[in-house]
Amino acid sequence: MTAIGMSTKNLSVYYSDKQAVKDVSLDFQAKQVTALIGPSGCGKSTFLRSLNRMNDLIPDCKITGEIWIRDRNINSPDTDVVSLRQRIGMVWQRPNPFHKSIYENIAFGPRYHGTKNKKALDEIVEQSLRKAALWEETKDRLHNSALALSGGQQQRLCIARSIAVKPDIILMDEPASALDPVSTSKIEELIAELKRDFCIVIVTHNMHQAARVSDKTAFFLTGEVVEYDLTTNIFTNPQKQETNDYITGRFG
Amino acid sequence: MSAKTANKIATSVIVAVSGLIVLVLAGLLGYILVRGLGHISFDFLTSAPETIRRGGGIGPQLFNSVFLLFLTMIITIPLGLGAGIYMSEYAPANKVTNGIRLIVEVLSSVPSIIVGLFGLLVLVNLFGFGFSLFAGALALTVFNLPLMVRITEQGLRSVPREQKEASLALGLSKWKTITSVMLPIAMPVILTGTILAAGRVFGEAAALLFTAGMSSPRLDFSDWNPFSPFSPLNPFRPAETLAVHIWKINSEGLAPDAKEIAAGASAVLVITVLAFNFAARWLGRYLYRRFTAIK
Repeated sequence: MTAIGMSTKNLSVYYSDKQAVKDVSLDFQAKQVTALIGPSGCGKSTFLRSLNRMNDLIPDCKITGEIWIRDRNINSPDTDVVSLRQRIGMVWQRPNPFHKSIYENIAFGPRYHGTKNKKALDEIVEQSLRKAALWEETKDRLHNSALALSGGQQQRLCIARSIAVKPDIILMDEPASALDPVSTSKIEELIAELKRDFCIVIVTHNMHQAARVSDKTAFFLTGEVVEYDLTTNIFTNPQKQETNDYITGRFG
Repeated sequence: MSAKTANKIATSVIVAVSGLIVLVLAGLLGYILVRGLGHISFDFLTSAPETIRRGGGIGPQLFNSVFLLFLTMIITIPLGLGAGIYMSEYAPANKVTNGIRLIVEVLSSVPSIIVGLFGLLVLVNLFGFGFSLFAGALALTVFNLPLMVRITEQGLRSVPREQKEASLALGLSKWKTITSVMLPIAMPVILTGTILAAGRVFGEAAALLFTAGMSSPRLDFSDWNPFSPFSPLNPFRPAETLAVHIWKINSEGLAPDAKEIAAGASAVLVITVLAFNFAARWLGRYLYRRFTAIK
């Protein structure tokens, strides 16, 4: 697998006439975890949802600027959004497995993208579940409903589901904020594991989490990136006053 | 008055009102069933009605009702599903869409006798379908369709947004997302609504008086060629349904046992509609489990 990253250039997002994200230019390296932190309403989730054009679904939402993957600007109107999204996986705050069996949750995407062979699908399901550290817990009940799993298991299933279609990039929108501490640490271990293969961008409210899992961190405030640097630098030696105030808990 | 007393009064009023509704319903059902059940027999359900003598049955009417329902649903379900999917997933949020929604609402509240007269003028006379099952089915479609559209739209809207986004984020097309992720979740709602709508069609009389007609040709139940004028399957023959039959013999029946026949037919009608309701619930749950693998 060749390593693919992603970058944005002057990306702005507007909801009708309100500007939620202002001229954000960021680079996301392959095989690295980038954390987006900042107070509620600072535009970090909106920014994340723009990266796989999920904001296209929201009426009155306008996105300007460029998003580059390989040599293509995917924010251009001629981009095939459907096939683009296959290459950018997404994980939500609340686990949202399909109302289907565990097996179907994972096989659903690859089958649509052309893998019809039963054996090949079985293989993908097992590999994806293994990568998501869920195989041992679910191998005996693959054809039971995914909704019977616990919240943490459901979230790992959602991660397995997104890696089953072999994306280059995985976007995570506060993937552990609805989970208990044990499940949270499992998800964090998983992220550390997954970054060997994927470029991961994660939005988090939990600064300890950002410090633990990410290589680089971007601090968002009122739609702008205040500071973007190596995570160690952001948390030990921030260059901006606002960053320092935020990570020391003085606001937000 | 203290908050506690107010709470007690409100609770008892609500319990009393609910009890009253249940009583009225049970009384109504009980009355119809007690009067009619004794008259129902295999012979009654299968034989043809008599004009002057006693002992007539409701066989052809029962068949007509079921067949008309079938025809109506064949027309309504594809149209209603299609329009509902469009309204929920494709229509832009603007004045035109809101206008369409308003028209759909208005259409569903048109009195059924008006729909019947519309059917008579347009379908029976202008289009020349004559008094026929087909004209009746189209007239029923007029007020069944809005219901179908609304049910489909509501069913799809009740699907959590994250489900839709999860499917799109895997790189699935919008159509595949609708058919494979959203419709299965919406299916119990849509199905229950559809069968309830079917129950309404089954009991409808006013819209059919001037469209499907008030009489049946002498049906030959051994002739299954849909083009033969005496075949039960011919959609272009006139057909009196069960509900219309009840109305007719009650108002102008000459047979000496007209009252009993009406009572028996009413019981059959009520039982069938009840059966529709239970079938709807059962099938909705069954399909949901099938699609979602919940044991």
